Amino acid sequence: MKTWSLVSICVLLGVVVRWGVSLNSYSGAGKPPMFGDYEAQRHWQEVTYNLPLQEWYFNTTDNDLNYWGLDYPPLTAYHSWICAYVAKIINPDWVELHKSRGYESPTHKLFMRTTVLVADLLIYIPAVVLYCLYLTDGSSKKKISTLLCFLLYPGLILTDYGHFQYNGVSLGFALWGILALGLGWDVSGSMAFSLALNYKQMELYHALPFFCYLMGKCIKAGPMGRGLFLLVRIAATVLATFALCWLPFLSDPSQALQVVRRIFPVARGLFEDKVANTWCSLNTLIKIRSILSGDSQLYLSLACTFLAVLPSSFRLLTKPTFWHFKLALVNSSLAFFLFSYQVHEKSILLAALPVCLLLNDLPLIAIWFLQASTFSMLPLFLKDGLLVPYVVTSLAFLFFSLYLLSALDHCSEDELRMGAYNKLLFFLPKMDLACVVRWKFYISVAVMAVLSIVSIALVPPPHLPDLFPVLVSTTAFLHFFGTFVYFNVVQFSEPPSRKSQKKNN
Amino acid sequence: MAARVDIGFWFPALALGVSFLKCLFINAYHSTDFEVHRNWLAITHSLPVSRWYHENTSEWTLDYPPLFAWFEFGLSHVAQHFDRNMLQVENLNYASPSTVLFQRLSVIFTDVVFIYAAKECCRCVQEQKGSRDVLNRPSFVLAVLLLWNFGLLIVDHIHFQYNGFLFGVLLLSVAKHLQSQHLQGALLFAILLNLKHIYLYVAPAYGIYLLRSYCFTQDNKDGSIRWMSFSPLRLLALGSIVVSVCALSFGPFIAMGQLPQVLSRLFPFKRGLCHAYWAPNIWALYNVLDKGLAVLGVRLKLLEEAELPRASMTGGLVQEFQHSVLLSVSPSATLVCTLLSILPAVASIWLRPCGARGFLRCLLLCALGSFMFGWHVHEKAVLIAILPLSILAVESREDARIFLVLTTTGHYSLFPLLFTPTALRKLHSGQGPLLRPLEVVYLLGLVVVAIACEVVFPLSPWQQRLPFLPLLATSVYCSVGVCYSFLRLYVRLLQRDDKPKQL
Repeated sequence: MKTWSLVSICVLLGVVVRWGVSLNSYSGAGKPPMFGDYEAQRHWQEVTYNLPLQEWYFNTTDNDLNYWGLDYPPLTAYHSWICAYVAKIINPDWVELHKSRGYESPTHKLFMRTTVLVADLLIYIPAVVLYCLYLTDGSSKKKISTLLCFLLYPGLILTDYGHFQYNGVSLGFALWGILALGLGWDVSGSMAFSLALNYKQMELYHALPFFCYLMGKCIKAGPMGRGLFLLVRIAATVLATFALCWLPFLSDPSQALQVVRRIFPVARGLFEDKVANTWCSLNTLIKIRSILSGDSQLYLSLACTFLAVLPSSFRLLTKPTFWHFKLALVNSSLAFFLFSYQVHEKSILLAALPVCLLLNDLPLIAIWFLQASTFSMLPLFLKDGLLVPYVVTSLAFLFFSLYLLSALDHCSEDELRMGAYNKLLFFLPKMDLACVVRWKFYISVAVMAVLSIVSIALVPPPHLPDLFPVLVSTTAFLHFFGTFVYFNVVQFSEPPSRKSQKKNN
Repeated sequence: MAARVDIGFWFPALALGVSFLKCLFINAYHSTDFEVHRNWLAITHSLPVSRWYHENTSEWTLDYPPLFAWFEFGLSHVAQHFDRNMLQVENLNYASPSTVLFQRLSVIFTDVVFIYAAKECCRCVQEQKGSRDVLNRPSFVLAVLLLWNFGLLIVDHIHFQYNGFLFGVLLLSVAKHLQSQHLQGALLFAILLNLKHIYLYVAPAYGIYLLRSYCFTQDNKDGSIRWMSFSPLRLLALGSIVVSVCALSFGPFIAMGQLPQVLSRLFPFKRGLCHAYWAPNIWALYNVLDKGLAVLGVRLKLLEEAELPRASMTGGLVQEFQHSVLLSVSPSATLVCTLLSILPAVASIWLRPCGARGFLRCLLLCALGSFMFGWHVHEKAVLIAILPLSILAVESREDARIFLVLTTTGHYSLFPLLFTPTALRKLHSGQGPLLRPLEVVYLLGLVVVAIACEVVFPLSPWQQRLPFLPLLATSVYCSVGVCYSFLRLYVRLLQRDDKPKQL
């Protein structure tokens, strides 16, 4: 009884913070002609409500794909349709074909923000609650603290309730998948993850770990008999879910092909804007985009991504435990983020979700990474006018997670799983690893704070107009790369003997 | 006196958390009070002191005592670094982003006084024996009830006012009395009176308590007054404190001969019996009764419809209005009613003082009594009763029960029902359910009323004909709850008279 009242207070706090952030500006507010993501979502409601399904992904006179054409899989389209249906009941002007372009009003903003909140309350937040209560170990106080920190992660709140997106839905479905796999319900887990994939194609970043984990489990259960049966059931579930989601588009092969073409645009370049991955950071030293041709860029990124994700996937295939699964999720999404093609800065949220799962086990590193991920999106938030929410939520998250999870106290070498580092770096003199890590953390937070203040307060020199975004993305890149190496090392080192080993099946 | 309690690290965490939350609401809706304070910043900054209480370019004239004007004057010096234009008196309804940022931040910063006062109150709370985890300690629950009081958050940080700062001074004064530092408490109260004169309502409690328990240094064995122990020195000390503070505040205006003008600004009686949104007090019930009788009279052909006065009671502008069947109520009538209602409380701390907690109870009753019977009361005024009641609620079960009913109906909203029952139930566990069945039914009824007003009514056919009905219904329903709390608090006070304890 007591736990549930604390849980409801945490959820309420999470909702209040989200609502507070949503009172601020959104992407593209008051910026014609293209506006921003907010207008894109509104436009999709307009398109899906007024046009027949066959025209949603096609360039027609009624549907101009250059003005925020649909580029997410069908589930997003269905969600937009449901929202449009509600919008039509409240105020038809909001989804009037052609006439409602660039529609902005306080009531409409309230409506759109409410749709995000409703989606979160139905999908994301229950998954977080159940995960923290059933799949983390420790006292109930620790679980509640983890829950609160998970819900207060600023990156997701600022992107969904500030910039305006529906990441909570896709991440929520993925989390339900992870939850189900953790509880041993493999078939339901695969169905949930398929739904996530059908909502946003970026969930492919998480696909490899799901595949390797389930495959590893099937192999372990015996390649003949139970394992094969499980494999068949999972494959059937996944195919059935995909079929169900794509059903209206399967009647005509050109339809399905067009959807695929829209959700995987390979005509764009290696990266757009300033993003904290390898290619953008490398571009500051060598101008890759001008050296290599479009095709070779594609092949290079494919090769690097494949190489980066191989070790952790292989390790997961041989040792399909839940602990390794979580680590593989982090490693895979980070590998994709760092080396893949056409990555957007918001894709870091796909790596942030698995790291949130590790808040309980590796609090300091998790908090560090989550802080860096929010920081990496600073230029985006500044463009959207979300300065105050950014400052407030980042400071609150840093302060409360360090306090509630006592992260700075659990810094021993054992707790940080850094035993392997000592073996690797045997040639260096032995140092107090805990002290080193703490100092690195303080310095890093200080650097991020200074860069934030500088980006906000100062004007860049005229010959280097993008100085601050580049500095921010390079710093974030260094953090992400370091985290990537760290989590790979952790995945390959032996998990220390823990009392609750049985939880990790 | 209760021993000082150690405050752990959780207190700064709670304070910091709520401050961060307040920052998120900087861009939320703000009411006309925002313009009121901007106007006062402009008046105090741009005009000489002699013009402060004469200025009326804007309809929001300066109607707080001089010390608050000096406070706004101080703020205006910081304001000029944010946006000079807000300090022009002619810039009515000026609300640039820097202005909003400055004003909101000023409320958040002055709340530091409230946080300090809450900390002092938490120190004074009596702890139960036995080790408990942090979440179950009375001081923790009190900190949550005070720092995260939703009524205060909404009024101060969305609606916009400086109540946190003022309540901080009040609670600090109460805490000082609880710690037996009476002179400091008196000083703080004198300052508070000169910041916002609405606290005159609780001045009787202070006056009688200090006279009885501070100026008379000893009591007889049976608790009655010992006239011989009167200490003129103490009375002199108190008097000089009050007089000097008032002199500091009103002095310049008395010197300029503006005292009548200042007083007329401070006490405007042109407004109506009830605010546009009826506070849940006695007069709401009175008005409804009057209206009901009028309708009944017309139906039963006892009254002519044409004879009834036409003025609407909940019309937008607050004007004088007449009651049709019952006697009309004048300002002096409300004053008499208020005085009568607080008389028993004040008398009880004179005849049977119960120490600082008895004083707190009396303060509470004065505040609530004036809320119940006062002229042109705002619903926000119920906070003056709710915040001190929090201190009593974490110590005693009975008070917790009353607190729950009062905070729900006084705030007009159901928000308190989300947090407070859990927190209080944990504290006073083990003695059966916290609320009596009747109270539970009443509070559940509030949920029904809320749903009816927000959801059912707008879709019903009466929306056009009787648009004020939801407000009226909520107000009347809540005033029943407030009256009930008032009576229960009185019963508590008078019951304690039978067994005077030194607390």
